[in-house]
Amino acid sequence: MSARTRELFGLIPVSLLVCAGFAAVLVAQSQQASDLTATYGAVFLGLCVFGHLFIRARLPDADPYLYPLAALLAAFGLVMIYRIDAELAREQAQWFVIGLALFCATIYLLPDHHVLERYRYTIAVVGIALLMLPRFPVIGEQVNGAFLAVKVGPVQFQPAEFAKLAIIVFLASYLRDTRDVLVRSRLKPLTPTAQALLYGIPALFFLLVVLGLGLAPVPAVLFGVFTLSAVSLIRERPSLKHFGPLLLIWGLAMLMLIVIRDLGSSLMFFGAFLALVYVATSRLSIVGVGATLFLGGAAYLGTTVSHVQSRFDTWLDPFDPDLYEATGGSFQIAQSLFAQADGGLFGQGFGQALLELPGGGTILPAAHTDLIYAVITDELGLFGATGLILVYLLFVARGFKTALVASDGFSKLLATGLTAVFALQVFVIVGGVTKVIPLTGVTLPFVSYGGSSILANMVLLALLLIVSDHARRDRDRAGPGGLV
Amino acid sequence: MNRQIVQLFALTLVLFGVLIAFTSRWTVFEAASLEDNQLNRRGLIEQQQVPRGLILARDGSTVLARSEPRGHGKQLTYVRSYPEGETFGHPVGYSYINIGESGLERSRNDALTGDLNEFGTIFRELQSKEREGDDVVTTLDPAAQQQAMELLAGKSGSIVALEPSTGRVRVMASTPGYDPNTVDDPAVFKALNAPGNTERRLTNRAVQTNYQPGSTFKVVTAAAALDTGKVTPDSIVDGSSPQTISGVPLANSGGVNYGPITLTTALTNSVNTVFAKLGEQVGSQTLVEYMERFGFYKDPQLDYPEDSMLASGIRNADGRLVTSGFDVGRAAIGQGGAEGQVQVTPLQMAEVAGAVANGGKLIRPRLTDRIVGQDGRVEEQIDPATQSQVMKPETAAELTAMMTDVVNEGTGVAAALSDVQVAGKTGTAEVRNETLNQVWFIGFAPVDDPQYAIAVTLEDQPIGTSGGANAAPLAAQVLQTLLGGG
Repeated sequence: MSARTRELFGLIPVSLLVCAGFAAVLVAQSQQASDLTATYGAVFLGLCVFGHLFIRARLPDADPYLYPLAALLAAFGLVMIYRIDAELAREQAQWFVIGLALFCATIYLLPDHHVLERYRYTIAVVGIALLMLPRFPVIGEQVNGAFLAVKVGPVQFQPAEFAKLAIIVFLASYLRDTRDVLVRSRLKPLTPTAQALLYGIPALFFLLVVLGLGLAPVPAVLFGVFTLSAVSLIRERPSLKHFGPLLLIWGLAMLMLIVIRDLGSSLMFFGAFLALVYVATSRLSIVGVGATLFLGGAAYLGTTVSHVQSRFDTWLDPFDPDLYEATGGSFQIAQSLFAQADGGLFGQGFGQALLELPGGGTILPAAHTDLIYAVITDELGLFGATGLILVYLLFVARGFKTALVASDGFSKLLATGLTAVFALQVFVIVGGVTKVIPLTGVTLPFVSYGGSSILANMVLLALLLIVSDHARRDRDRAGPGGLV
Repeated sequence: MNRQIVQLFALTLVLFGVLIAFTSRWTVFEAASLEDNQLNRRGLIEQQQVPRGLILARDGSTVLARSEPRGHGKQLTYVRSYPEGETFGHPVGYSYINIGESGLERSRNDALTGDLNEFGTIFRELQSKEREGDDVVTTLDPAAQQQAMELLAGKSGSIVALEPSTGRVRVMASTPGYDPNTVDDPAVFKALNAPGNTERRLTNRAVQTNYQPGSTFKVVTAAAALDTGKVTPDSIVDGSSPQTISGVPLANSGGVNYGPITLTTALTNSVNTVFAKLGEQVGSQTLVEYMERFGFYKDPQLDYPEDSMLASGIRNADGRLVTSGFDVGRAAIGQGGAEGQVQVTPLQMAEVAGAVANGGKLIRPRLTDRIVGQDGRVEEQIDPATQSQVMKPETAAELTAMMTDVVNEGTGVAAALSDVQVAGKTGTAEVRNETLNQVWFIGFAPVDDPQYAIAVTLEDQPIGTSGGANAAPLAAQVLQTLLGGG
């Protein structure tokens, strides 16, 4: 069976989900299944098949599972949003049409992703500019204290969704070039004296700081990891010249925390950055220094910037009555947890969750965006939510598989970066909703309502498919026994 | 690079595993505590879309609480209304989306909302029946409750009356009261709960406030002494005053020196020195044992929210219940000090009178008579249940005779009724550094076939008041209403 035929079969579960989902919502809301809703379902499935035919024509060798998995997530999201608000679902469906157009355009205009390498600095500048956009006067918008949105006329959009793609493309390209010179592969053995000095001085320094400042256990461990990683890094004598742009990105990520004040998206960007650096250099020391600096910075900001601080406080104690009553307080996260508790093991069924107060108003703020995972858990229970996570995991697995199959460094790094940033986005928002980390306003890819999110993730999918098409064609050309 | 990519995937597995673990934490492992969380109004909101059942008085027709529809279509909700207002405010309680539930509205919530067990719910869904609440028929007597509230008007205090042989609570009055129709207004509710608000209108004094029982506690002491064979009603005891109890002199009320008298005479005149000596003779261990049989030392066994009830017993200065180390002589007459002071709820004292009236057998008190479905079928009939055998029937008979003398020729004459023989005991405790009195009367009637037991108490009455003069007349009127109406 060809890859494309497998892909087509993969769309069968999607159509089943769309039909069953819409039917269940309609039954629960005791409405007649109108022609209009049937049309929605048919149009959505038509779009799915259209996308499939486009891939068949342009990327015949691409991974057969990525597209159906994304369609499954999108269908799931559409049903959930339809259940929350039919009007929003109509808008979301429109965004899918535009998203599909962008998806096809990307594949059409970018037959070979290596072209991107040529424009990497332009792309980097565009990415950073996009991130800064919400801070510009007039068009910038502050939502719940974070600067994540831009508003031009009636259209609101979230530049960070696109910035993530630009930054990943830049990093993949830059690291492919410099990965061999960033760290020295062979080290001269040190004399015992030098070795003693190299490790003794930092150890002494570590002890002095810990005892001198009287650090608590958590900061002490953080500082210890930092010192150890920093020493190993210095021991490698990295080339500062090549580290320059990386340090710049590093600084920008920290600056982002201050500028856009959103812990979640900063974590997403920085995590993807570290993942890529690790894959490119295989040096845990860089990850150690980076991660500890980031955590330290986040903790510092968490105690000084009032908006970030309140996010921290509400995360630590959502049931504090004062925080619960406060504007922008813990009401949202507390309600998220209550909604999940209502769901239990099997959930209450499609369309059964309590979303609106009888007197009007909502009990679950931002149910269609930030908290959509809580609605899913409420209606489908632990089993449904776990199923959703598993679909994401399959998508991520196919993404990394694409990276493994790819033959050149740029393709590997690009696929890894795109997959990592996707996985991190899922972790940041689901982790926020389930109180693993502080709740921040990041969308759940393909499921949450939101135009920018759909468009950006459709481009992400297109890029992954392009990389995959090249990689698998190269592999098949190498014949049996070739590299996997 | 491939090895690093695989490691990265492994890390993703771990992270997603954490997500699933936390989702299970909220949906399964901590779901119950989240559902009980005070901030969680989801249960209440869902309940508001189902009409709650009625709460009815003993007659099955006087409506104490009902649900009224508001809005229509998807916005349809039901809001609670209380036609009798303040009169039944404490026993019935309230149920509102913004402040939660109290009283019977809370303790009988499952019945009122038609919350069946899991199988019942599935069965109902298979029959595609609408969820509906059952009606709760209480034991409360509308006329007597109304009268009790009127008698208490303008004062702080409580009246509890119950049927000794069945435990049915006929009157549960507490003042100052509140109108349950108004408390859903946040401003009203906030004002009622304000820290400086000393009226404590939301407190059901019948079950939620501890008072010093004064001489009414001598009934408990007498029961312990008679039942253990230490004395008989005709034993001659020393009524001289003052006498030294625990090394400190104790005087009778007004310093009266009674000399040698019978135990019956001692109870009739509420002679402190006799009962203090008797308490020392009985000993703290036996006294506590009898108190426990009467229901002290644990929350009343009433179908009322547990955290809205207070246990009676001997409490030290920290408010903790103690079973030893107190001055047993002073405890025996309802007094005490920092190391132990007798503290009682009015319901507990009604149970004491009820146990004596019922031949020494204490019946578990209850506010619910039956639960009736919307089709008129009785879903649950609450039958009388024995809580404990406090004393022998003969002891109860002796004690009844002694308490009859109290009403006929002693401190409790004001409780006497013209056509029905009443038995009882008065009490007057000096409180607030002996500047005010807590006045009491406990008793039951008719003596030959007790139908009702009663406890009446008033807070912070001026010096010069007494249980016999201020509490006993109220008891007589409520008993008259109950007997006349019954």
